[in-house]
Formats: sequence, C-alpha cells, structure tokens
Amino acid sequence: MSENIKIVKDATCTFCGCVCDDMELHVDVEEKRIVKAKNACVLGKAWFLEHTIEDAPAAMIDGKEVSIEDAVEEAAQTLFKAKFPITYGLSDTTSEAQRVAVAITDYIKGNIDTTTSVCHGPSGLAFQGIGESTSTLGEVKNRADLVIYWGGNPAESHPRHFGRYAVTPKGMFTPGGKKDRTIVLVDVRKTKSSPVANILIKPKLGKDFEVLWALRALVKGKKLASNIEEITGVPLEALEDLVDRMKNCRFGVLFFGMGLTMTRGRHFNSGALLALATDLNEFTHFVAKPVRGHGNVTGADNVVSWQTGYPFGVNFSRGFPRFNPGEFTTVDTLSNGHADAALIVASDPASNFPKKAIDHLKSIPVVALDTKRTETTKDAHVAFKTSTYGINTTGTVYRMDDVPITLRPAFESPFPDDETILTGIKKRVQELVFARHHASGASGEAKVAAKI
Amino acid sequence: MSEKMILIPVRSSKQGTTLNKGKLKEDYIQVTTTLEMNPDDMIKLELVDGDEVRLKNEIGETIVHCLAKKPEEVPVGTLVIPYGPPSSQLMDSDTAGSGMPLSKHMEVEIEKIVR
Repeated sequence: MSENIKIVKDATCTFCGCVCDDMELHVDVEEKRIVKAKNACVLGKAWFLEHTIEDAPAAMIDGKEVSIEDAVEEAAQTLFKAKFPITYGLSDTTSEAQRVAVAITDYIKGNIDTTTSVCHGPSGLAFQGIGESTSTLGEVKNRADLVIYWGGNPAESHPRHFGRYAVTPKGMFTPGGKKDRTIVLVDVRKTKSSPVANILIKPKLGKDFEVLWALRALVKGKKLASNIEEITGVPLEALEDLVDRMKNCRFGVLFFGMGLTMTRGRHFNSGALLALATDLNEFTHFVAKPVRGHGNVTGADNVVSWQTGYPFGVNFSRGFPRFNPGEFTTVDTLSNGHADAALIVASDPASNFPKKAIDHLKSIPVVALDTKRTETTKDAHVAFKTSTYGINTTGTVYRMDDVPITLRPAFESPFPDDETILTGIKKRVQELVFARHHASGASGEAKVAAKI
Repeated sequence: MSEKMILIPVRSSKQGTTLNKGKLKEDYIQVTTTLEMNPDDMIKLELVDGDEVRLKNEIGETIVHCLAKKPEEVPVGTLVIPYGPPSSQLMDSDTAGSGMPLSKHMEVEIEKIVR
C-alpha cells in the first residue's frame, strides 16, 4: 500500500438494492484500488476491495484482442443484421447507460428485457393487477412499528437493510429503534435472518399463497377452515395473532423477496401480498415493498418504463413497444429459439439461466459488456471489459424504493464505462439504420421518377 | 441409493463476496457447487461432508459436494444450494407466461457418487 491515500466520503455502494450512500472509501491512488470501505457490509467490502484494475484487453472479438473501435463496429453490425436481436441485463450499470441500451434496441427493432424478469418480474405483473401501497425506506425507518419480511434472507442478501432502514435504526417516531418495532419473518426455513425476528412464521414449502389468503380472510373478519394448520403449516393462533398486530400497528410494512416470486404461483403470490397490504389500509397505514437485488435493477425498471411505457419484456419489432411477459422476456426469447443475436450488459445469463436458454445463448452471436470475465463474456462474439459503476464512473442509480442517487467514483479506470461503449454502438447502429432507410427511400423515389 | 428431494437455490453472503473476486474463480465455483443438507438425510444416503452427489431431474443433471447444516436450516427432504451454473442445469425453462422460470423448489433425485 502506498502512502498516497485519498478519502472519498459519502460514496455509494451499488452491490445490492440497498444502495447505501454513506460509504467512506480509502483509495490507494498509486495502486488504483480501494483499501478500506468504512460503513460497508460484508458484501460491500468485497465489492469495493475486489474491483481492482485487472490486466486484460478492453475489447475482444472471438477471444482475440482488438481495438475498441473495431469491436464497436462489429457489435453494431452484428446487432443490425440480426432479425430478432435481444438486449438483456442492465441491472448493474447506470441509468444513463440503460437509457442508451433502450435506444439501441429501438433502432434495431429488437427486444429489451432486464434481470427484473427473473427477479421481481412477477411482482411487476402483480403491481399492474393489484397496485402498490408504497413508501420510501426513509418513511419505514422513521415510522414503521411492524416490519414483516416474507420469503427473503436479508442478513445474507442485503446485510444493511436491518441496520440502516427497517429494524434497528432510530427514527422520528421510532426513537427506541428495534425496541419500538415488532419484526416478523416468514420463511420455510431458519436462516441467518431469523435471530432478528420477534416472531417467526414457517409455512409449508410452497404454501405462501395459502397463508397470505388466510391472512386476508382474517383481516376481513372471515372464519378459517379448522384444518388451516394442516394446509399451511401455520397454526390458526399464529395467523390470528399476526392479523391482530397488523390491524393495530401505526405503520406496517411487508418486505418481500424471491421466496414468493421464484416459486409456484409467482405473480399470484406477490399479488396476494400486495392485496393484503391494500386490505390493511382500511385499518391502519400499511405498505409493501419488494426487496430488490442488484444495485440498479430498480433503475432498469424506471428507465425502461419511462422510455417504452413498460418495465421489462418489451419488443420493438413492429416499430412501437409491445409488452408481453412469457414471450418477450429473455428466458423465453432464448429457450424458444427466437433470438438470433444478443446484447448483454452487466449480466451473466450464461451462468444463471435455465439450461435450455443457456444452450441457445451459446449458439448465437453475443455482444457482452462486463467488468469481469464471466461465463457470458467468455464465449461472447464481441466482449468489452468496462469500468465499474460507482467505483470508477459516476451516474445515477435508483435505490430499491425508487429514490435516485448520484454516484461518487473513487478512482479512474483505463477501461471505458458502459455508457461510452453503448453510445458508440448506438451511433453506428443509427448510421446503419439511416443508410438503409435512405437507400430504400432513394430507390422508391427513383421508381416514382421513372414512372413520371 | 437415491432419494427424491426438493432443491432450493438461494443467495448466500459467501456467494456474494466470492462473485466479486470473479465468477470463474475457484472460490465462487466452490460455493456454487456446495449442497447444504439435513444431517438425517445425509445419514440415510450414507453421506459425509465433502462427498460428491449427483442431482438430476427431467431437465438435466449436475455433480456437487454435500455439507451438513443444522436441521432447522435445511428441513428433512430439502436441499439448499447457492445459485450458479450447477443449479441452472436443473432449471426448467418454462415460465408459464410470466418470464420467470421456477428457480426454487425443484424436485430432484439425489444419489451418492461412489468412485
């Protein structure tokens, strides 16, 4: 470690959706790396300390090092020539880069989807069907006296969610911190989050919907079947006690995770929870928030929504945006064999998607942008190594409660950022599209002229 | 000997820290190939920590090594694994019109690999 240490205060961690913006980073300016990340959780520390400058090519075509300009040209040509190009990922990059990715997809009449579709996509569908009683995490911190986590393990996935937003922080109307709150955890198994809870509820595997519906019935004053414990695994007394607490709290919040969206029932599970929150507003103030995973997955939803009208799974092939989950979502465009080229930004579907989708992804030309080598970049036709958002580049990210936050970078990277590469691809794609339009327009005019 | 069980892929903090080193690095591969099991299930299948097991279903198969956890963390009949390339081999691509494949609660057959 050199003696030339720079301190960056109020930096933002973009590892998870908590987007904690109270980091104090100690940067070794000569070695270009972060040596200390004060206030960071275990995941944040790894995020900051492990993102060093690696000796690797900035751009490759078929595994061979090329100039960035050549790679941009090849990427643009690949996407332009495809009949069903797809854009995917986007949850670990800035909203400025996300905006350019939407524009590229629009120009090439492609299909755009984000990691939301395999995360809280079902919740996105439920929002459209049920609505969302929502709030910021600041309101939760200052007001919530009943906090329910359903189908998630924040202690491992969002370690500071408890300490910064929802369990222990002292708020305006919760001056005693955890003493002023009741914490409920609903999960099919005991996890590292369990010790924080005052009440643990353990449904049978795959019975979350039934438990949520039973709670809704009790909130509405209905009687439950006597065998409700046999069906759900949760005793009637536990359900009644929870309903009593929910109806009588001052401000309640339901945080929900992948335990609802990735299991059988998917959007019906999320919808049941959102409906429960809505029902409870007849008695008190109650909100529901999905706990979002990647640092700017919420930004991806926002950007794709304000540019296309839909949050994910959007297709431009007819020249205007169409939304159809199950058809235009990436697991489907790949596993159905529709996609014939892919632009993957800051995501690794070759590692995390279902086998059939991975097999198809490996059979088509892929343009990939990532900060590190992954299963996706490894086999990509065109691969760009880019700088890390929040560490090397500024920009905007959205916290899981839709609050936008500006990033303060720690040190410069020799690699370009996603926005720069995508802007280059967009510019070239735009030229190719205009040239094609001009060519077809010119021949049309020539035909008219010939008739005259 | 084989048994049918329910596989629950999850996020873990160790997975989160190792992916920052690199997803092609040994640490990440180690985490995503470690299957957490109920100790009673391990006894039933004559397994000890570190043994290799084959997981398979109608989608595909993968080989991972097992690790005993506290019974309350992994209920009898269930298996827990951090998401990664091995769990993807078992994931059905059918999204039932939602875009979301069933990424948790997959029925799999587990058997000890004897070398």
